[in-house]
Amino acid sequence: MLELQNINKSFGDKQVLFDINAKFEPGIPNLIIGASGGGKSVLLKCMVGLMKPEKGNILYDGRDFVHLEYEQVKEIRREIGMLFQGTALFDSLTVAENVQFPLKMFSKMNASEIKDRVDFCLKRVQLEGAENKYPAEISGGMKKRVGIARAIAMDIKYLFCDEPNSGLDPITSRVIDDLLLDITAEYGITTMIISHDMKTAFDIGDKILFLYEGKIRWQGSKNEIHSAGKEIKELGAFIASSQI
Amino acid sequence: MFFKPERFSVFVERTLHEMNNIGVGSLPIVAIISIFVGAVTTVQTAYQLISPFIPVKIIGTIVSDSSLLELAPTITCLVLAGKVGANIASEVGNMRVTEQIDALEVMGINSSGYLGLPKIIAGLIMIPCLIIFANFLLISGGILAAQLTGIMPPNEFIQGARDTFTFFTLSVSMTKAFVFALIITSVSTYEGYYADGGALEVGEAGTRAVTRSCIFILFFDFIIAKLMLNA
Repeated sequence: MLELQNINKSFGDKQVLFDINAKFEPGIPNLIIGASGGGKSVLLKCMVGLMKPEKGNILYDGRDFVHLEYEQVKEIRREIGMLFQGTALFDSLTVAENVQFPLKMFSKMNASEIKDRVDFCLKRVQLEGAENKYPAEISGGMKKRVGIARAIAMDIKYLFCDEPNSGLDPITSRVIDDLLLDITAEYGITTMIISHDMKTAFDIGDKILFLYEGKIRWQGSKNEIHSAGKEIKELGAFIASSQI
Repeated sequence: MFFKPERFSVFVERTLHEMNNIGVGSLPIVAIISIFVGAVTTVQTAYQLISPFIPVKIIGTIVSDSSLLELAPTITCLVLAGKVGANIASEVGNMRVTEQIDALEVMGINSSGYLGLPKIIAGLIMIPCLIIFANFLLISGGILAAQLTGIMPPNEFIQGARDTFTFFTLSVSMTKAFVFALIITSVSTYEGYYADGGALEVGEAGTRAVTRSCIFILFFDFIIAKLMLNA
């Protein structure tokens, strides 16, 4: 389980996160939604350690990520997989080499075990046959799937996804959503998805956290979001603007 | 940046890859520049020294000493600052703006060490080799130009070069090569690593890497000359 306690983050005089408190359970997709500039990506970067909050704790199964020593932070990072908005695949490596990268760096597997694991991960995201292609030679949806395969190559406990549907058509977007939903349930991992896509929220949002101007304005599930939108003006406006 | 690699075999693989990029990839440009600089230096030295009171072999002495002390290390490294430096800065800068460096960090990899250290070690191994190669080609270019233009026969050029050759001169050349290699690879990696923004900023990082590397090279050229050759 991942828990955020009183997370505050500023850039100079501008505070972008205000006392964020939340708990994310394993086995279900946890969505963080909100308009652009609302602090979603900053919160995600704080959670994975790319930014450090000024105040607060980030607890990975009780281990405080913010205040640990570098070597202990590295241990936690090996339990983390991340799907970046722009996929962040290594340009100079093929699809298979991208997926095997974390295995080569950290696992004790031999070459044939690594190959089996890469084949399994690529099959899991339905990318058999694309092993030898470079990222520049595949579509946006395929890149996202390679990103997911790379993220799950190690036995991760936490999966972070930054705008997994950005730049994708609705059909491919749905495929990625379903894949994330299946993988989360299958491996029992704690999945955090940053999105401003309401369709994703309605499809897979078992737990949704609505961030507005750096503050949590609402937490609930996809079944409750419409009724909450009628009570909370900002959430209602966000839902309405997303459906235009 | 100076860290224990996460996986030594990957570190060696990356260093060999960088050695190929920096060393083998720069051979053609270093060869062309060295031959022409050697030839031009010979022709211009001969133009200035035509006198019955000066033995012609002195041209070989001047060209070979200039090559070892200044032309091979400095001219070659200024060119490498442009070729290798811009390449490193744009590669690392592109990785920064496309979040590839963030991906390394999230995986628990020391990104500055993973990206920077193999490039620095590869530069420290390959750039001195390129300088030795440049020294050889500069003098060869000089001999060729002297013969083709009728300034002097090759054996007199070689005799002139041998008269004043010392291993100390070669050690000055190699000292410069190591220092300049460190400057080119570290400045360029730094500029790329701290690039921020998009394609425009990556281009600016490349330009900064080349400009700053060149300035540092010229500055340390003077310092090394002053320290090692102070009469």
